[in-house]
Amino acid sequence: MSEHSEHEHHIVSPKVYVAIFAALLILTGLTVAASYLEMGVFNAVVALAIAVIKATLVVLFFMHVKYSTKLTKLTVGAGLFTFIVLVGMTLCDYITRAWGRW
Amino acid sequence: MSDSPVMTQGALEAAEHAHPPYQRHHFETVDQQADATNFAMWVFLLTEVMFFGGLFTAYLILRNWYYPAFVAASHQLSIFWGTTNTGVLITSSFTMAMGVWCAETRRKSGLVLALVATFVLGLVFLGIKGIEYHEKWEKHHVPGFHYSLQSFINPSSDPVAQEYGDKALPMDMARKTELYFFLYFAMTGMHALHMIIGIAILAFMIVRARAGAYTSGHVTFVENFGLYWHFVDIIWIFLFPLLYLISRHQ
Repeated sequence: MSEHSEHEHHIVSPKVYVAIFAALLILTGLTVAASYLEMGVFNAVVALAIAVIKATLVVLFFMHVKYSTKLTKLTVGAGLFTFIVLVGMTLCDYITRAWGRW
Repeated sequence: MSDSPVMTQGALEAAEHAHPPYQRHHFETVDQQADATNFAMWVFLLTEVMFFGGLFTAYLILRNWYYPAFVAASHQLSIFWGTTNTGVLITSSFTMAMGVWCAETRRKSGLVLALVATFVLGLVFLGIKGIEYHEKWEKHHVPGFHYSLQSFINPSSDPVAQEYGDKALPMDMARKTELYFFLYFAMTGMHALHMIIGIAILAFMIVRARAGAYTSGHVTFVENFGLYWHFVDIIWIFLFPLLYLISRHQ
């Protein structure tokens, strides 16, 4: 468990919440606007990049991970890593098969 | 300590147990209890990540296999309703975050207000989802015995397909649109189920908050529910572009 000094219960101020809320709304508008542009494969890339930015903002500020203990940060990191393994290893299998759909 | 008089031992125990009523006996300090509970909540959320991760992986692979079908089928979703619902859900995450702040700073009426706002916005989200599901039902786009391929093998019969200039799909590819809608209902349906559970817990929390339960220093429950609610928001943040947006132009 964490050191006592590390666990000063940090109260995130409403100003931060309002800023993140505004950023999330702007990014939502941006991702919808981007979907109306013709960008080929980059439509998917841009949409996912914006989604990742939005999710990161939610995790860091709304879910307080930025102000959390190292244990929480490690747990979130482990979850992300395991998720990437799930998707990555599954795709490795599908991409390397000889059924020619990729 | 075995030779201490009984009276002293009793007094010692009483002194050791001088802690807030919400601290469970198996924790040494309130901080330790808060850390352990927070950790447990995150581990639960990781199982949820893996659960939804499987659905996202299935979507990724099938979309690449049956690309034309997934593109034509996703044109049937309404970007207007999708965007509106994204705004509603993000707002509900904001009100929930404000609720956590109110609990931390012991503002009882503020907390009740924030929880009620989150509750109402959750219901609005489900209502809009209901409108969208109803549209799919009416057009026979719900997978099953009544599924209709009309919009995809004969796009001129469907105003939405016409608007996007969809070309008729060959029969074998058109049948794969059902797979898209299966994933659409599985993913948004599981997401909606999480919302329904969240809304039920919110109702319980509103009653408890009115009695002052979370504004006397013990905020763990509100905080961890906040984590759950924000997690459900994150799932939607990915569902929205993947299901509604990325196929607009193809």
